[in-house]
Amino acid sequence: MSRARAESTGTRMQRWRWLHTWSSLVCTVFMLVLCVTGLPLVFSHEIRHLTQTVIEAPALPVATPRASLDRVVETARGFHPALVPLYLFAEEDEPALWTVKMDTRPDTDESAARFVVIDARTALPLGEPRFDDGFMSVMYRLHVDLFAGLAGKLFLGLMGVLLLVALVSGVVLYVPFMRKLAFGTVRRERAPRIVWLDLHNMLGIVTVAWALVVGATGVVNTWADLILQAWQREQVTALRAGHADATAPVDGASLQAAADVVLAAFPDKAVSTIAFPGTLLSTPAHFTFMLRGNTPLTSKLVEPVLVDPLTSQIIDAAPRPWYATALLLSQPLHFGDYGALPLKVLWAALDAITIVVLWSGVVLWWRKRRAAKAADRAATRVAESPA
Amino acid sequence: MTGRRTVMQVFLWPLVLALVTLCGLLSALLGDGVWDVLSWCLLAVPVAVCAVFASGRQDRRTHPER
Repeated sequence: MSRARAESTGTRMQRWRWLHTWSSLVCTVFMLVLCVTGLPLVFSHEIRHLTQTVIEAPALPVATPRASLDRVVETARGFHPALVPLYLFAEEDEPALWTVKMDTRPDTDESAARFVVIDARTALPLGEPRFDDGFMSVMYRLHVDLFAGLAGKLFLGLMGVLLLVALVSGVVLYVPFMRKLAFGTVRRERAPRIVWLDLHNMLGIVTVAWALVVGATGVVNTWADLILQAWQREQVTALRAGHADATAPVDGASLQAAADVVLAAFPDKAVSTIAFPGTLLSTPAHFTFMLRGNTPLTSKLVEPVLVDPLTSQIIDAAPRPWYATALLLSQPLHFGDYGALPLKVLWAALDAITIVVLWSGVVLWWRKRRAAKAADRAATRVAESPA
Repeated sequence: MTGRRTVMQVFLWPLVLALVTLCGLLSALLGDGVWDVLSWCLLAVPVAVCAVFASGRQDRRTHPER
């Protein structure tokens, strides 16, 4: 290599080092918070079952028919008389329950929403799950928005982008460090700084693919509200172009009649969510049925079906845009909840390794800084000492 | 000490591990049952590699003179 080229490579590497140092330093505190709060969140389903905060359906004969959705809605309105229903959720593994999310208006930010769980067969209320207090709720809010709503989400998304920059620049810097070392070397016999450096490089490079995927999907998840709003606008626009009225008021329409039409048209799908008109997942004038398929992938990629509440007719909506698909795929790939308990355990292990990588990065920066200061002081002493 | 390695040599094992990780992430997403098991096996690879190198066991095997 010529001398000029060697120098320019050196400057380039210095830039990458600067980028790696500062992109990671800025986001590290937040990433440590995300990794630590993420650990219990990976197991939130198991923790809720263990602490018995989960409402379960009473045992009834398997053949018990399901109650009309109109009665379910009536029960919900009776349970929270001051609120209106926004969504009905049906968990894949709890088909006998409806969880109804309610708020003062359909178009709030849903931060003060209340819930009621209703037996899907008897339409009796089973209780109100509280997602807004306790340890897991604090973990959730710290992880999702730092108790700061959309601004907090977008801020964490920005920190996630910095993490991606730190990961990519870290991979670039890996090359000069490893030119003379075998893969995975940890030089235990050397000074502590070298041991930290080798551990940082080894753990970082081995887990980088996972960190990139979880980081990038986490960033996409911070845009969930914006993506859903854009999707809703696109649907409303498509409906207006097709002359279907997307803003007609709805009152006294039968939800069960709409559900019958949907399930008859899509016999191999199941209802995942029903969104009332005016909510984030619907248009101002339609019920939206989010249908899940029966394969692992299509059960994540829910498909919206819009129904006119007055005529109970299915409206041909625009196909799901790419950014909505990206969001739907980002959710499992970020949560690690799509491969039973062993996958969650591995997710937690990789998360713990990431904590070590972040922490060793801080230690390395701190030790380097201290060493530089000490060298400065020594130089000053030499300069000031009488010759 | 080994000689100066090329970029390709430096990235050979990281690339293999990245591919193993990505296949592990995707397999549980695309299927159930055996695909879940495949995903656990593949994602256990980077975790195990970290454990082996961090514990120093690899050192003794490749450098028995130490």
